[in-house]
Amino acid sequence: MGSDVSEQGPVVSQARLVLAHAPGMVRHGSKPARELEADPDLAEALFGSLRTFEEAMAYPPNQAFLGALHPRELPERPWVSASADGAERFAPHGEHMPEEELLGLMAAVDEFELLTLGEEVCERAAAALDRHPLGESLDLDRLGAAAGDPEEAAERPGSLPLHLGGEHLVGAMHRADEEDVALHAPVLLENLAAKATATLALLHLVRGADIDPDSIDYVIGCGEEAIGDRYQRGGGNLGKSVAAAAGLGEASGADLKNFCAAPIPALVVAASLVSAGVFQRVAVVAGGSLPKLGMKFEGHLKHEMPVLEDVLAGAAALVERDDGGSPRIRLDAVGRHTVKAGGSNDRIMRALAVEPLERVGIEMLGVDDYATELHNPEVTEPQGSGNVPERNYKIIAALAKRRGEIERDDMDSFVAERGMPGYSPTQGHIASALCYLPHACRRLTGEGGAERVMMLAKGSLFLGRMSELSDGMSVLLERNPNGG
Amino acid sequence: MDLGSQEKIKKLADEHARDELLVVLGAPDAEAAEIAAETIVFGDPTYAGALTETQLGLDVFHVLEDEIQSEVPDDVWEDQVGVMADTLEAEALAEAVRNMRTKAGEEA
Repeated sequence: MGSDVSEQGPVVSQARLVLAHAPGMVRHGSKPARELEADPDLAEALFGSLRTFEEAMAYPPNQAFLGALHPRELPERPWVSASADGAERFAPHGEHMPEEELLGLMAAVDEFELLTLGEEVCERAAAALDRHPLGESLDLDRLGAAAGDPEEAAERPGSLPLHLGGEHLVGAMHRADEEDVALHAPVLLENLAAKATATLALLHLVRGADIDPDSIDYVIGCGEEAIGDRYQRGGGNLGKSVAAAAGLGEASGADLKNFCAAPIPALVVAASLVSAGVFQRVAVVAGGSLPKLGMKFEGHLKHEMPVLEDVLAGAAALVERDDGGSPRIRLDAVGRHTVKAGGSNDRIMRALAVEPLERVGIEMLGVDDYATELHNPEVTEPQGSGNVPERNYKIIAALAKRRGEIERDDMDSFVAERGMPGYSPTQGHIASALCYLPHACRRLTGEGGAERVMMLAKGSLFLGRMSELSDGMSVLLERNPNGG
Repeated sequence: MDLGSQEKIKKLADEHARDELLVVLGAPDAEAAEIAAETIVFGDPTYAGALTETQLGLDVFHVLEDEIQSEVPDDVWEDQVGVMADTLEAEALAEAVRNMRTKAGEEA
């Protein structure tokens, strides 16, 4: 009946993505920072291989990310040589933001005056953000407080110099405490970049879809940054910080951590909170991962390619009670990788892609799109990391064959029709299915043509050295039977 | 080959006689399989791991090679390896590792 909570959702009503161009911060990515320290002569080749904003914006995978085309509509590779014809900054899922505005945005969400930017950059960024469709939601007065002398700022003890593009010094990030390494400048820069990009995505969601900001009850952060101080590294909370920065006055929030896999459990928790009637509207947000900028740059330089990991991504989704049109989240078809399931790729995939469907009596062929780890292979292959989505899709197809749903000869067409080329920046959690959510919402409504989309993500728990396990979770999205 | 695996293999090679050991690789692509096999046979070509300049001279096979499959009961093979066997290029993987065994034989 109408009052039955189980019939009132949950649904994903909105999803947005952003890409902020950050070539100047590539040098602060974990890998480039280590290699530059070991060999400063690398700087010339690295900085000489950074892309312009126009080049990054025109890059076909970035276009697919922001919804100008579906990933299956991407042209044949290589994608690096694509021209900028027709590339638009604002796209169906969100926007590409130039680096100068990103720095301004970071200053606008910096509540502790940890960022200093040169006066010219501040003025230009403030003017650009003032013209930005979301500018009125930002505290641009903070850019005035951030203005200073870049050289003086960069020379302060413990400060990290910031650049536009290759070598144009424009400011510095300061440490918040001399002794606490959790509050040193490199850590705070990562956290502020994550906060800024998540806030941008959430603002696109709230303002773009004309959502009353006070109607959102809770914000779950699922990015990869660990907020905290020396007594609780990673114990903090970016979700509520992003809620505040985006003007969600009635919201609270917290973070959910699970390496790359975190967005799927975050969606499931959000849907559960809504389904249980705890909250009416829950946002799931994730900011960009600065340490992963330039992660595979050596492979790109070796193959005379531009450094492709030059963007910070951000994502936001809204989960709420059934609105009669948005895709439903099937909480009865959540897949989880159990402790005893075994760690091989096919065991994980069985737990995520097969078991939940069997539980609810849906065939693998009943799922139109499988969204998995959608890392762009043009980024990963030059460094010898292979084609991650292709490997995943082949396993999913092999599992469908084992269930007798397809023949061996059908495996390639299964992959082509229900999978897709990887198109996401290698921003871990963003690539892990979350990047497909806006596409999924479009596919599962109106003329989108799909009935079901499975989102699945894996996380490398072993990286933290407390377990040899991986983890993963999947969730099924379905066209709303009441419309959509 | 990752550094942890190199350390484990070196430790096992130190503890056991060479003719008691066989290395079975599970690398998903031919390039990775070749580098792993090279590491086992001739030492780490990247000079980064425990097997740098260490010629263990151990026998090395890829798990998808016939020599390994023939040693495994069919039902166990199907359960443990079947899905991956469907997704990987078994012949290319076998050839990469076989070539390295041949090279080792020529140098021996």
